[in-house]
Amino acid sequence: MAKNHKVEPIGGPPSDVEHLKLESNYLRGSLTESLSNRITGGLPELDNRLLKFHGSYMQDDRDYRNEREKQKLEPYFQFMLRVVTPGGVATPEQWLVMDSLADKYGTGSLKLTTRQAFQLHGVLKWNLKHTIQEIHQAMLTTLAACGDVSRNVMCNPNPYQSELHSEVFYWSQQLTSHLAPKTPAYHEIWLDGEKVVDSTEQEGVEVEPIYGPVYLPRKFKIGIAVPPSNDVDVYSQDLGFIAIVGEDGKLAGFNVSVGGGMGMTHGDTATYPQLAKVIGFVTPDQVLDLAEKVVTIQRDYGNRSVRKYARFKYTIDRHGMPWFIDELQDRLGWELAPAREFHFEHTGDRYGWIKGKDGKWNLNLYVQAGRVVDTEDNKLRTALREIAKIHTGDFRLTANQNLVIANVTAQKKTKIVALLKEYGIAEGTQYSALRRSALSCVALPTCGLAMAEAERYLPSLIDRLEPVLAEAGLRDKEINIRMTGCPNGCARPALGEISFIGKSPGKYNMYMGAGFSGDRLSKMYKENIGEDEIMDTLTPIIHRYAAERNNGEHFGDFVIRAGYVKAVTDGTNFHE
Amino acid sequence: MQLLVTNSPFTSEQAELINKLLPTLTEAQKNWLSGYLSFYAAGNVAAATAEAPIVTAEAPAAAAIPEGPKEATILFGSQTGNSQRLAGRLADKLKGQGFEVTLSAMNKFKTNKLKEVSYLFIVASTHGEGDPPDNALTFYEFLNSKRAPKLEGAKFSVLALGDTSYEFFCKTGADFDTRLAELGAERIVDRVDCDVDFEDAAAAWIASVNGAVSTASAASAAPQGAAVVSQAAAVESEYTRANPFMAEVLETLNLNGRGSDRETRHLELSLEGSGLSYEPGDAVGVYPQNDPSLVEEIISFLGWNSDEKVVTGKAGETSTLREALLHHYEITVLTKPLLEKAVAFSGNSKLADLVKPENKEDLKAYTNGRDLLDLLRDYAPWTIQAGDLANLLRKLPPRLYSIASSVNAHPEEVHLTIRKVEYEAHGRDRKGVCSVYTSERLQPGDKLPIFIQQNPNFKPPVNSDTPVIMVGPGTGVAPFRAFMEEREESGAAGQTWLFYGDRHFVTDFLYQTDWQRMLKDGVLSKLDVAFSRDSDEKVYVQHRMLQNGEELYKWLENGAHVYVCGDEKHMAHDVQSALLTIIGQYGGKSPEEAAAYLSQLQEQGRYQRDVY
Repeated sequence: MAKNHKVEPIGGPPSDVEHLKLESNYLRGSLTESLSNRITGGLPELDNRLLKFHGSYMQDDRDYRNEREKQKLEPYFQFMLRVVTPGGVATPEQWLVMDSLADKYGTGSLKLTTRQAFQLHGVLKWNLKHTIQEIHQAMLTTLAACGDVSRNVMCNPNPYQSELHSEVFYWSQQLTSHLAPKTPAYHEIWLDGEKVVDSTEQEGVEVEPIYGPVYLPRKFKIGIAVPPSNDVDVYSQDLGFIAIVGEDGKLAGFNVSVGGGMGMTHGDTATYPQLAKVIGFVTPDQVLDLAEKVVTIQRDYGNRSVRKYARFKYTIDRHGMPWFIDELQDRLGWELAPAREFHFEHTGDRYGWIKGKDGKWNLNLYVQAGRVVDTEDNKLRTALREIAKIHTGDFRLTANQNLVIANVTAQKKTKIVALLKEYGIAEGTQYSALRRSALSCVALPTCGLAMAEAERYLPSLIDRLEPVLAEAGLRDKEINIRMTGCPNGCARPALGEISFIGKSPGKYNMYMGAGFSGDRLSKMYKENIGEDEIMDTLTPIIHRYAAERNNGEHFGDFVIRAGYVKAVTDGTNFHE
Repeated sequence: MQLLVTNSPFTSEQAELINKLLPTLTEAQKNWLSGYLSFYAAGNVAAATAEAPIVTAEAPAAAAIPEGPKEATILFGSQTGNSQRLAGRLADKLKGQGFEVTLSAMNKFKTNKLKEVSYLFIVASTHGEGDPPDNALTFYEFLNSKRAPKLEGAKFSVLALGDTSYEFFCKTGADFDTRLAELGAERIVDRVDCDVDFEDAAAAWIASVNGAVSTASAASAAPQGAAVVSQAAAVESEYTRANPFMAEVLETLNLNGRGSDRETRHLELSLEGSGLSYEPGDAVGVYPQNDPSLVEEIISFLGWNSDEKVVTGKAGETSTLREALLHHYEITVLTKPLLEKAVAFSGNSKLADLVKPENKEDLKAYTNGRDLLDLLRDYAPWTIQAGDLANLLRKLPPRLYSIASSVNAHPEEVHLTIRKVEYEAHGRDRKGVCSVYTSERLQPGDKLPIFIQQNPNFKPPVNSDTPVIMVGPGTGVAPFRAFMEEREESGAAGQTWLFYGDRHFVTDFLYQTDWQRMLKDGVLSKLDVAFSRDSDEKVYVQHRMLQNGEELYKWLENGAHVYVCGDEKHMAHDVQSALLTIIGQYGGKSPEEAAAYLSQLQEQGRYQRDVY
């Protein structure tokens, strides 16, 4: 088809990171030397940038930063390791490996992320290699868990449509491996692999056929939703697939959505969260081709000059959707089919035991902030370890930082129920609906980007909100509440019916009005407020919602109807 | 000569007693007595009877003695500088008498000169399990070997420094003393063994020696003596070991990060107004305070009154019992002399048994790790009175810490690195006196009594281009911070290489950001670290040295100086073995040749240790 909308890639000198990637020789840089430097537990900035592609961020315990500086000690550098877990599925054996690594090299806890990956925190530099080797031996990888590449592909864990799950999960795995970097650097650096001849010496062979030597301008996120659940927040993804079930009850294909993303920068209205738009339908066999071409368009047209404008959503918004569809179909050599009908109902998880259509049981377990840890009165980590030892199905990390113990036979169900009881683990239904619907990022003390608390603070804010909700008779009313320590959006705050984005310690911007099923962005209602003002602001709104809501009306819809905030119809008017 | 009322200042009773005593004295005893008397005459002018005519007609009879040789050789074996300082003091005295004095560290003394000496005085300390200090080692071995010359005609005396809480108290000095006599030299003053509180005993020995040589050589008091003394005083601050400076604490912080099982204090003290200065390698002596709760326990165990006045000073100064136990006496260490004296106050016969020679091993086992409170509890009942303490207990000795700063980098400040010592023994928690005092009870603004202890045996190379290898794990790294800060200030060009180690990288990397800065700026050329508890395999500094053996040997061949500071028992020994291995392996030398190579380095002052 004709290139009606041909545009030039954006100009401007490439950013430092672009130079770094180019000079890194396919993600090698000086990582090997820096890792063996015993004088510092950290890495130089350039290697730290590269390390992200290998699935790790250097962090430091910010609680101790000032104290240590006085003590003439460098910051308590430590590394977060993120493990690619396509579709969030892990075997019991893999669970046990991750569990043991948490003790051996981590801080004794496992984090289940909002993108269905495992995270270990607090790994020291000298232990990175051992940890990555053990992860590799468990048939998992950290490669491309972070960095300017396609990340862990999300997928609805779908315990109650079990026959669909295996198919959808298959495509999430295919997408992950198809878009994985091909550089041998990962094997060389971490797995003592043979050093492969430099690409420059292998004329004509591109080491990274999809990415090229500079990879993508920014991270790239893909997720697959299975309606009516939009748990993966498909509209927050750069590239989304919405599973469409055919009349035969089998997977017919996917609607494709493009251009979503959460991150923004405080004070820069040229940055904004955006929702992806559905552009058509593809059959399963077209999925990989489509994803690859979408990625290459972003590779070629994304902003490589200013990183904060580099996400795919800005590329599309800058050139327009008609251009993008033309460019895509041009690269594909075929046209997308019209999008099919579908309907999302919610983004949250459905807790408790559910029997799949295959007769197997699935338990969706609430995990506060995705943190698998033993506390004084809650031995969640021990319980899950004991379950993993006898479990014959699998574990599924959900997009809401929870866990599904999946494919459980009736016989094992009895044992698992007994184990949960032994360790005092409840499914989650005993918590208020607000708490069950909460999402938070890690933030302080380890995340270098955090401006305020999130994971450590949200539970106590909910402690104060629960009595208000109870008084208003809304204890069991699901309201999505989300908190992040910075505007980069790891807990997808722009899709929270109530959300908080950290500004400075104890201060947040408060947003309201997102769609319950993840189809509308929220809008800022108050700027830079602390806990008391949050309570003073929310209490009357909650009471009014309780009194005046229409039948079935969600909180996010109500605050718009009641005039608290205007509906955001597109990311480009998020700041208006 | 008989002393009579007519020819002496003595009464007839006194003269009779002296006349009875003198014929029984050996020559050495007479010399000692003369020194003893002259010391007290010099030191206690007020007490001397002014009206007594000191010089009598017969006194100059000494001039009739033929003039002896006028050279004296004073050799010291010194680890922390005390022996060296005392040797220097004796040298000044003898020079005052017109002697030509050769004052030298033992390893700097040419042993072929030994057979020519007429007067030989030795000041030597003892370390660890009866070991000589580093700069005494080669001389010690030479003297005890068959190569040692006969020393008939030479006169000698030995001053030994040590600590009675160690089994081999003053062994090095005693060995010298025995050996010199074996070689035929004449002992003109009996050896004096000094405990940690050495000042008085050492001063008496110096006076005795001074007296003995004056009798023997009949040298008249040299007029220039006064000049020498005043010159010495001019270079020193008025603040000394005997008169410590009350230094204000400017900063006290724990260098170990949260989660560490160690606590290491970084103390910054003000020297403002003291006139004190120091060089890299020097140490600070700190007078600590005992643990108040331990003091209370002792007082209450004995049913004493904290406010009772007791005599604590030589001149009869008094303080309350509580103050005396806090500031004046050592209460955390048991020594053999202490137990022997304690027998007289104990109603428990088992104590008398314990100190019997045949129970030596039991006594050693008992004193190990126990303190005064243990003794009091274990051998009650007691008849001791508060006033007896002065006779029973040693004075609380100052603690020496290698200085961790350069005075040029921090004018009028001195920094110390003190690791808190706490452990459990015999069912009670034990606390290091000074380390716990400085860690737990010292606040910024408090004053700490200190003095500077020069350490001439631990000095950076004079030539700043000389490469320097420093091995200082744990608090052993302190003097190297001083070395490096000094180089940072002076812009020294030589290559520097530090080996550091401790338990955990994250929490125990003392002065980490200082080293990182120095590495970045190039002041420190190389830094190798070993953290023993971060991996399954325990890695120590000596392993890092061995791993870098080839390069390390190159440095040695290029004239590098090697400095080792820290724990003597394990670290310094292992580091020495590593050095020998490296010299052997990369220098193609046999073990004997490697040992000779290292000894030579030591003699050249290129291998210096400050170990404890």
